[in-house]
Amino acid sequence: MTHRSDRSLHVAALSRVEGEGAMRVRVDGGRVTDVQLEIYEPPRFFEGLLRGRGHLEAPDITARVCGICPVAYQMSACQAVEDACGVVVDGPLADLRELLYCGEWISSHALHIYLLHAPDFLGYDGVVPMARDHRSTVERGLALKKAGNAILELLGGRAIHPVNVRVGGFYRTPTRPELAPLRETLQRALDDALATVAWVAGFDFPDFTHEHELLALVAPGGYPMVRGTPTTDRGLTFPVRAFEEYIGEEQVPHSTALHARLAGRGRYLTGPAARYTLSHERLSPAARQAAAAAGLGPDCRNPFRSIVVRAVETVHAVDEALRLLAGYEPPPRPAVPVPPPGRPVTGYGATEAPRGVLFHRYTLDAAGTITAARIVPPTSQNQAAITDDLRRFVTDRLHLDDHRLTHACEAAIRAYDPCISCATHFLDLTVERRTP
Amino acid sequence: MTAEKPKLAVWKFASCDGCQLSLLDCEDELLAVAGTVEIAHFLEASSAVVAGPYDVSLVEGSVTTPSDVRRIQRVREQSRVLVAIGACATAGGIQALRNYADVAEFASVVYARPEYISTLDTALPVSSYVPVDLELRGCPIDRRQLLDTLTALLAGRRPNLPTHSVCFECKARGTPCLPVVRGTPCLGPVTQAGCGAICPAYGRGCYGCFGPADRPNTAALAAGLRELGVSETELGRMFRTFNAAVEVAT
Repeated sequence: MTHRSDRSLHVAALSRVEGEGAMRVRVDGGRVTDVQLEIYEPPRFFEGLLRGRGHLEAPDITARVCGICPVAYQMSACQAVEDACGVVVDGPLADLRELLYCGEWISSHALHIYLLHAPDFLGYDGVVPMARDHRSTVERGLALKKAGNAILELLGGRAIHPVNVRVGGFYRTPTRPELAPLRETLQRALDDALATVAWVAGFDFPDFTHEHELLALVAPGGYPMVRGTPTTDRGLTFPVRAFEEYIGEEQVPHSTALHARLAGRGRYLTGPAARYTLSHERLSPAARQAAAAAGLGPDCRNPFRSIVVRAVETVHAVDEALRLLAGYEPPPRPAVPVPPPGRPVTGYGATEAPRGVLFHRYTLDAAGTITAARIVPPTSQNQAAITDDLRRFVTDRLHLDDHRLTHACEAAIRAYDPCISCATHFLDLTVERRTP
Repeated sequence: MTAEKPKLAVWKFASCDGCQLSLLDCEDELLAVAGTVEIAHFLEASSAVVAGPYDVSLVEGSVTTPSDVRRIQRVREQSRVLVAIGACATAGGIQALRNYADVAEFASVVYARPEYISTLDTALPVSSYVPVDLELRGCPIDRRQLLDTLTALLAGRRPNLPTHSVCFECKARGTPCLPVVRGTPCLGPVTQAGCGAICPAYGRGCYGCFGPADRPNTAALAAGLRELGVSETELGRMFRTFNAAVEVAT
């Protein structure tokens, strides 16, 4: 029976996403009445356990929120603590931070494109069966991922939870000859990244678009990564320090989950499609060219096509890393000292994690002890929009049988590259279960 | 007729996904591993789930909720060899800081409606609930240790997991001793080897993410750290971060 008017779909454990979640869809009388992303990933209380820790510990502790994007946490944490202490890190140290971040973008995007998302387009359960039929393509993806990890390992000491990042800069900065081997690795990665764009551009994308407001950082000098001003495609812009005034939680009618909203405006999306829409003109020339060849227009409103944007951003990150390598001059010292502030202070930081804007706020006492912390990860911000899209997506596909519809929904969720590990500790993802 | 491949399962509890990502980070070996074992349950990598029993289960994360207590028992029942991977699974992880705090108060800081959060007062290692066959330390684990362990298990031998301190690895790597040369506080003398002594090679004192080495003399190290100017507050933080469920003497 494919045309029953009352149906209940349930994916008990979403696969090929970061972290653990479930999805529930309820159809009553042929109408989708409820869509829920259930997060059953256990809470870890980061904002609670940060209190009482030292200001210099924030990057290492918050990196442990997410093993996929630890650099994003380190960068937003450093920026927020430095802001609190009135320290500015610029010049070659800022360039090195961006180089490290490029490594994470390359690695994380390659992971999502090849291992998590592409199998949906080609009809496989995962990368291992896909590799049986597409060995050289999968090997290209793994090589690309490895190139990103090569940056993280050389500059950060290791790919997951790099050890060389500190508030103020690094423990040790590399010499030019130490960085030199990366050039060849990245030259090859550039070819692989360009081939990736051409490959994913040929996928068959479901016909689906959304009208959500898109939020990303916008930086005057280039495509946003380590810094920028929160901006939307509808002209809203506000300073990082005002983030919590503009992003609030609202309780949604007919839903029991609290969701992040733009105050007075509603749901929105952050992430690669938002960055691309707001800043595609600031992509590197090779990335811009690849985007045009892939048929990406001035915006991207089909979530399934975000795989193409991720591929284009990978080209950009490789290109940017090559540019930073070419211009690298070792800084005079590995880090700017960031002593305790001597009085109570609050600082704010926001950077572009691979999955979107990652906001941190810390309040420190005079000795630098953290007295309050707030972290707003991208997936929490996106949840309201994802749920809304799912509702429409299901409504358009009620003719599918349960198995195919469930499969389609799961693939749709993966298109947003949700990071449930990141989102879990955060207020907005509290799922309030309805008691029968 | 080929023999059936051993079944590998990967499970996640309270964690960051980083340790299981280490398996996907074996870019050069991943497809070879997948040719040798059947990846029967690995949600981060595959939608296909093969029912147990499993020959080897890798378990990431600490046990922090009532339902996870039941789940780890089911994982144990279905697994011939259970390997706890990473600081969360072997020593509670950073979230084990709750063991020394009021969890209800933690929840009220993070969640507007803490009554909807179902959680235990403690974040404990897997071995607190079920017998564990092997433990891989680290936050995150070292992927060479992971590969060596999988290879050893497939070959039916015990993996070679050192229990000595990070100091041995600094010597092997030729890294000058940071506390001696620069007066940099370092947990290397009491921390288990396995990472390759990365931090000191980057001019940073070891921060103990592999947990305590065999019979660590933490009291002696604490005295040495005080002489280097480490305050009591800093000392407490140094000894209680990513392996927070493990108690050591200072």
